[in-house]
Amino acid sequence: MIEIGKENLLWIYERMRLIRTFEDQVADLFNRGTMPGFAHLYAGEEAIAVGVMAHLTDRDRITSTHRGHGHCIAKGVDVKGMMAELYGKATGSCKGRGGSMHIADIDKGMLGANGIVGAGGPLACGSALTSKVLGTDDVTVCFFGDGASEQGTIHESMNLAAIWKLPVIFVCENNLYAESTPSSYHCAVGEICARAAGYDIPGSAIDGTDVFAVYEASGEAIHRARRGEGPSLIEARAFRYYGHFMGDPQVYKTEEEFQSYKTRDPITKFRKRVLEHHLVSEFELTKIDDWAKKAIEEAVRFAEESPYPAPRECLTDVYVTYPREEAEL
Amino acid sequence: MTTRTLTFREAINEAIRLEMRRDPTVILMGEDVAGGATVPHLEATGEDAWGGPMGVTKGLVKEFGRKRVLDTPISESAFIGAAMGAAATGLRPIAEMMFVDFFGVCMDQIYNQGAKMRYMFGGKAQIPAVILSMIGAGLRAAGQHSGCHYSVFAHMPGLKTVVPSTPYDAKGLLISAIRDPDPVIFFHHKFLFGIRGEVPEGDYTIPLGVADIKRTGKDVTVVAIGRMVHTALEAAEKLSKDGMDLEVIDLRTLSPLDHKTVLESVKKTHRLVVVDEDNPRCSMACDIIALVCTRAFDEMDAPPRMVTAPHTPVPFSPPLEDYYVPSVEKIVSAVKSLLG
Repeated sequence: MIEIGKENLLWIYERMRLIRTFEDQVADLFNRGTMPGFAHLYAGEEAIAVGVMAHLTDRDRITSTHRGHGHCIAKGVDVKGMMAELYGKATGSCKGRGGSMHIADIDKGMLGANGIVGAGGPLACGSALTSKVLGTDDVTVCFFGDGASEQGTIHESMNLAAIWKLPVIFVCENNLYAESTPSSYHCAVGEICARAAGYDIPGSAIDGTDVFAVYEASGEAIHRARRGEGPSLIEARAFRYYGHFMGDPQVYKTEEEFQSYKTRDPITKFRKRVLEHHLVSEFELTKIDDWAKKAIEEAVRFAEESPYPAPRECLTDVYVTYPREEAEL
Repeated sequence: MTTRTLTFREAINEAIRLEMRRDPTVILMGEDVAGGATVPHLEATGEDAWGGPMGVTKGLVKEFGRKRVLDTPISESAFIGAAMGAAATGLRPIAEMMFVDFFGVCMDQIYNQGAKMRYMFGGKAQIPAVILSMIGAGLRAAGQHSGCHYSVFAHMPGLKTVVPSTPYDAKGLLISAIRDPDPVIFFHHKFLFGIRGEVPEGDYTIPLGVADIKRTGKDVTVVAIGRMVHTALEAAEKLSKDGMDLEVIDLRTLSPLDHKTVLESVKKTHRLVVVDEDNPRCSMACDIIALVCTRAFDEMDAPPRMVTAPHTPVPFSPPLEDYYVPSVEKIVSAVKSLLG
């Protein structure tokens, strides 16, 4: 097992637990009909976002996917603002304009969840180009799914990042299904990471339910990018507990598949590992569980008590400068 | 400021050059904006191969280097999206998109990403990107290299749309577009590249959203865009010999749109012709007529007329293309029908 200091281990557990608690809470709110719109939940994939983000600072940036809550939380976006955003409240991270699918916090380097599959690739290249032109060592991580690996934008972006040696880390979160379509069907190659060869960049596949494996592989790729040696592709294989969206009954999965999740759960695996190696105590982990529960309860209370935006707020922030009378003809 | 004449092409080049000198965060990217990247004999001298497909960006790589003048692969989604991502994170990119007809390849990055980011993020993001692109028929470039399509972009919230008609306006509007905090699509008409006009040295700006009255008159208001401003002015000269006095308004910016100048003019002339090289359905021509009909209906002495391209793609064969582009004769006949 690679060396990760205790403080980092506790941070990793805290973020994974906070994501899981957030997502389970959102699922519950959806099932009760409390929450408007759509939500795509990240439970099961926590180790990927957290393992990667353990190496990043607020100056580093990420582009996310429609399944973006986990990326936000791992990147340090405030869960109160996030929950309020999902409720469409004025106090939300995006003032209720984006919702789950466009949740963002540019101050935290979170360049947005995205409703368009694969759209983050070009944006990540642009963000990395900024670092290169300004001469900083910031990196940008582009998260995308197995479904997005079939989009031209991702291929174009890997090529562009490779020829310009941009500090981008392409992290493919392979949860085995593009909506309801298995990656074994939609992907012509057995391993998505094999496509790295087409762009002459390093590519590797790792167990995305093992945060230590993610930490190690992404650390290497991030350091490489910071040194100006260009992009890498990491395929992190995991699973999602919930459907593609809330309400998807997941009839495309077998019972055995659901059963396998018990032994593959990233949080359970982490607990087992750190306790076996006496790296942290059961007490410390339980304390974090309680903290996360309270933090999410508080976030829900904050969201519910927050006001909706005034209807005419619809008209603001389309542009920085634009004649007011043109917004409403 | 001394005044000299420059071509439209030179005016655009100068605007980019001055802004790149002034602001180190301004970069230029696109297919062949320099050309010949990594070719040893070009790298050795700092020369470009093309300087843009029409030579608009010629010489910029020599002054600013390959780090700020970036040849891109033919991957419009990747580099237009990269321009949006770079703009969101601290640069002021100018992305050269060659022909407006190519926008279909990368539309998502423009209208779903760049245009909506600020709004969806609750006003936290700024996207100071400029996309430069050629429009227009007349060069026998056929159906996929000759469209205008600017109304599509004017329709989209979050984008600003600029269509200059003279070298002077092109320079001032482009400098404004580069300094603007929002994404701007800057369309230049390929038929106008060679025209010359007075262009002051040094930097000056023309605000976005302000139309220009290119000819004052009292009988009919003619609102025109891009190359059609010149066609309208020619029609106005012709008609003045018959005693008809046209006022020609150059919109210059389609979004934001200068309502005031158009409305004030029709309140004076009480007659309107809109000349638009774009296809007519859901066009700027329709938009201007809707504006006048909803805001100044009682002022009108005759129904507004529009002179536009037909609802067809741009054809290749010379007589077909010449028929497609709104002509002086068509404008003359529209004006005469109003003045009876």
